[in-house]
Amino acid sequence: MTSATLASPQGFSVGLEAITAFHPTALAGAPPCLQQISLAIAPGEQVAVIGPSGAGKTSFLALMAASLKPANGQVLLNGQSLWSLPQPLLQALRGQVYCAPQTPPLPPRQRVVTSVLAGRLPSQSLWQSLISLIYPSDAHLAAQALAAFDLEEKLWLRVDRLSGGERQRVGLARALLSPARLWLIDEPLSALDPKRAHLVISVLTEQARARRITLVCSLHQVDFALSAFPRVIGLQDGRVAFDLPAKEVDPARLAELYAQEAIPDSSDLLQTEESTSPAAIATQAMVRCR
Amino acid sequence: MAHSHTSQAPELRDPAWTGRVFWTLAGLVILWPALVATEFKPWIFLDPDNLRVTLRFLGDFFPPVFTGEFLLMVAQESWRTVAIATAGMALALVLAIPLTLLATRILSVSALTGRMAALPFAVRQLLRWVMILLRSIPELIWALVFVRVVGLGPTAGVLAIGLTYAGMLGKVYSEILESGETHATQTLLRNGASRLQAFFYGLLPQNASELTSYTVYRWECAIRSSAVLGFVGAGGLGQQMDNSMKMFNGGEVATMLLVFMLLVGLADLLSSALRRAIR
Repeated sequence: MTSATLASPQGFSVGLEAITAFHPTALAGAPPCLQQISLAIAPGEQVAVIGPSGAGKTSFLALMAASLKPANGQVLLNGQSLWSLPQPLLQALRGQVYCAPQTPPLPPRQRVVTSVLAGRLPSQSLWQSLISLIYPSDAHLAAQALAAFDLEEKLWLRVDRLSGGERQRVGLARALLSPARLWLIDEPLSALDPKRAHLVISVLTEQARARRITLVCSLHQVDFALSAFPRVIGLQDGRVAFDLPAKEVDPARLAELYAQEAIPDSSDLLQTEESTSPAAIATQAMVRCR
Repeated sequence: MAHSHTSQAPELRDPAWTGRVFWTLAGLVILWPALVATEFKPWIFLDPDNLRVTLRFLGDFFPPVFTGEFLLMVAQESWRTVAIATAGMALALVLAIPLTLLATRILSVSALTGRMAALPFAVRQLLRWVMILLRSIPELIWALVFVRVVGLGPTAGVLAIGLTYAGMLGKVYSEILESGETHATQTLLRNGASRLQAFFYGLLPQNASELTSYTVYRWECAIRSSAVLGFVGAGGLGQQMDNSMKMFNGGEVATMLLVFMLLVGLADLLSSALRRAIR
């Protein structure tokens, strides 16, 4: 299976069929974080996911990254049903999906060059990756990936010398070295200034297009979503509120999507009706924070 | 907790307070029988008779012996002690590293999506029990066993330290790995890296400093431990100390104690130098 997909350099298709999923740390009885999700993404397509905080954007990406197992429904990547695969094949398939979490996953004491080259791990044998730790084997590849994100001078620095925005871009540069056919990028702009945000979005979309990689990107910046992505999915309370070409997303829909944003999400904070005393709220909040 | 209060003011009392007081008192109540069981009576030190005995014993330590021949012997035995500790640690590491890699939850691929699968869980549990077995038998007992098997000498000490410390290192290493930041490692696994790749590119750089400092501390413990093992014939400074004590030669014991202080101090310097290099 792996050899066949590597031979045809085409993006993965994604199929989500009647998905219901719960957050992995949810208490029993908590509402699902995603429900009734059914949609398809074609190979090479570029999709933005928007919606208020807590709408399920990260869970939606985790579903396709094979890191959230749905309670119901099927996840198809490149036509294969994820959770019917035996674990070694599932892990091999994970190597063909690059998932960039919102907070950059970089050990502070690691050097930038190593962090970026870590994107290649799924395509390397253990032996190759160990040799590369002793002497970085393809530093020029890491340098190219960093240059795309305007970071080439940071190649030999340690991660803890970088600013938050630089770390975020290092995390994205890693994607350029991964053998993935599907990029799942979670809020790539959260630590970036507007100029860098433009750069990052254009690098991601252009590179994905040039390599024919499918790109799904969650964003808080609605203007970027509408201008850079041909298709926009709006998520609200774990459901798909709309799934439209960017041109058809009008202000009224956006207003409706974000209408609930100002109201704090009290439904899952207060499980019972009578516990409205400040002490009870404080206690519950503490329980949640643990 | 606060239901006896009838005031209408918002509840500002720390809700954790009652629990804290309870556990402090509970701790004291548990400590009491322990003190009774160990006949913990520090005032007996001040009894004039005991004081005289103690002072005479300590007085024997002075002056420490610094004759050339004795110092040469001490130097040789110190070297042997360090060698026993180092070889023992090396053996312990050879056992502990694979145990850690297999036992740590962070490197579980099946636990990426919720609960760990049954078989990996059973294997990890089994390894935890192996490590408990290794470290629950004191190195002194292992040494007594090995002295019978391989005879008097440093080999018994090396084997004893290796086995006990493998259990300790494996346990603490996996706890260090599990209590650190795991985001980098988990992301690598989620992106398709193998367990060992995730270890070398995520977990190890994340925890290198803590692992180093604990390893050097354990090496220091092994030096001390090899002294105790010397008393049962496992070679090194400990064996010489045993001989000197049997001959009531306090001066020689004092010299060797000074050497131990020196060794532990050196281990401390080494540890901070290594941590500074890694930081």
